[in-house]
Amino acid sequence: MRKLLFTTLLTAACASAQAQDALTLDGSTTVGPIAKAFAEFTMRQTPGLNITVSESGSGNGAKALLNGTCQIANLSRDLKESERKAMAEKGVKPVEHVVAYDALPVLVHPSNKVKGLTIDQVRDIYTGKITNWKDVGGFDVPIVVISRDTNSGTFESFKDLVLGAEAKIRAGAEYTGSNGGVRQRVQMTQGAIGYAGLGFVDRTVKALEINGVAPCAKTVTAKTYPISRALYMFTNGEPAADSPAARFIGLSRAEKGREIIEEIGFVPVPE
Amino acid sequence: MATGEHILLTAREARKRKLFGLLGRSLLLLITSVAALAVLAIIFFIARDALPFFSGGRSAAFFLSTAWYPTHEPPQFGAAAIFVGSLLVTAAAVVLAVPPGVCAALCMSDILPFNVRQVLKPVIEMLAAIPSVAYGFFALVVLAPLLQEQGGRLLAAAWWTLALPALGLAAVVGADLLTPAELPERAHNVLRAALTLLFLAAASVILVVVGRVLAAVRIASGVNALNASVILGVMALPTIVSVSEDALQAAGRELREGSYALGATRAETLVKVVIPAAVSGIFSAVLLGIMRALGETMVVWMASGNAAQIPKPAYNLLLPVRTLTATIAGDMGEADQMTGSAHYHVLFAMGLSLLIFSFACNLAGEWIVARQRKRLRGG
Repeated sequence: MRKLLFTTLLTAACASAQAQDALTLDGSTTVGPIAKAFAEFTMRQTPGLNITVSESGSGNGAKALLNGTCQIANLSRDLKESERKAMAEKGVKPVEHVVAYDALPVLVHPSNKVKGLTIDQVRDIYTGKITNWKDVGGFDVPIVVISRDTNSGTFESFKDLVLGAEAKIRAGAEYTGSNGGVRQRVQMTQGAIGYAGLGFVDRTVKALEINGVAPCAKTVTAKTYPISRALYMFTNGEPAADSPAARFIGLSRAEKGREIIEEIGFVPVPE
Repeated sequence: MATGEHILLTAREARKRKLFGLLGRSLLLLITSVAALAVLAIIFFIARDALPFFSGGRSAAFFLSTAWYPTHEPPQFGAAAIFVGSLLVTAAAVVLAVPPGVCAALCMSDILPFNVRQVLKPVIEMLAAIPSVAYGFFALVVLAPLLQEQGGRLLAAAWWTLALPALGLAAVVGADLLTPAELPERAHNVLRAALTLLFLAAASVILVVVGRVLAAVRIASGVNALNASVILGVMALPTIVSVSEDALQAAGRELREGSYALGATRAETLVKVVIPAAVSGIFSAVLLGIMRALGETMVVWMASGNAAQIPKPAYNLLLPVRTLTATIAGDMGEADQMTGSAHYHVLFAMGLSLLIFSFACNLAGEWIVARQRKRLRGG
């Protein structure tokens, strides 16, 4: 009886210790909405668990994991060679978890009569070879090229998936600090072209077909939509089973987590 | 009285007081020097991280090339377009803010009744209390779409509202100043009226022609140098108004009364006496405005479009540009501190350039104010 009481007390102590737990996430503004929805759900499930989600960009997320200021780094791209090297030097062992897929829809103003472009045309628009919509079957309106800032994972993915290693974005392109900012600029600029996460497509902008394929969950998981990518959460070492970090990341495979991911507009990992 | 005996100090007490006095003074000195030391420390740390970039043999490209591809392989750090962007946006903001700012200061110090001024000045100074991100948000969400949809008409309207009073005032004041004072009163009045009419006619021709040209302009993208300049101008306005107004006030009542006593009109008093007396103060107001505009980050990051290009032609404010401050803020995360990449050091090189420019401005301002003071003293 006494022993039982002791065990109960110990368990209670453990539970309360766990309740004091804190989980800090930092990184991509694309993965941010997933992390925030997961955090909200997990905190409701585990009262007392405190989860902080910062969105300072993939580059800053990797830096935060390197400096130990976050337990989970959200990245919308894989770690770069230089980042892996810096981590190895500091004894940080990054472990990769794919939590969802994202496509980068190419967005234009709803009044634009262009329905689709080839990926080469998108590249030519961004490098400045094509500067007017009339050259790709649209109205005679100069193209306003909008890109994410070079600090974002979205930019890195776009560069990798569309531009390739050699191409450079034209000097007159505008740079915007967030996906929401890109949508905001596109929905009010007649000649604009931009790109953002799949979750940012709504009725106020038009997502173009690329090589004849429209961006949606089906085409992304089937890998037919050309501009798509995986979204990552990185931890320092494999998180211990049943630790807050492991449960948090595990949510992306659970039914509820997949629901959340779909709700936000991303594509869950296929089973 | 009981206090009487405390007036005399023993040698011990006197020594104690002297010691405490010294302690107090050195504490105050220490606190004051913290501010000065902070400046030195900032310069030291920025220079320390900027120098590896310059010693890397990239300085020529940094100042001369416009190819800004910091994440490309291999990276290119040509910041010429970014320097031009910073200077362009700052210059335009100053051009937009200084004339109305100085006019408003003049109006408050010499024309408006005292109690109106007492209300108006704090209201204008409130502009300085609005957070810069609120300005930036306004620029992005309100001004940018407006420029895109109503660009030409908006420019023409802005031209009319700014230029109509400015040119009207210039015509009236110019006619008043140019009419020779020696003429008999009647001839003087006739000539002045004729000159006023002539100037007003010229002004209206300019107004209409420029207004027409502006109304036909189409703006492809509302986040551009003009948008950022307008907002920066508004942000610099309270500094310029407040400091110029103080300078104009400091010019003194005797000067104005002396001028009126010699038979000068109000326009002559303001233009030929008060403004020259306050010119060093107005100049430091302008310098403070320049530094405000040059150092502002959030607004230009949100409103300038961040395109690393030199507009063609260079005065074309309707194209997006990128500034030094926005580049530092935007690229900070990518610049890898741990690996000490060139991208990291190039941002410090930009910070150092900004710092040196501000310093030069500050020193030039101090020098001009000192010289002016000497001249006014009759040295």
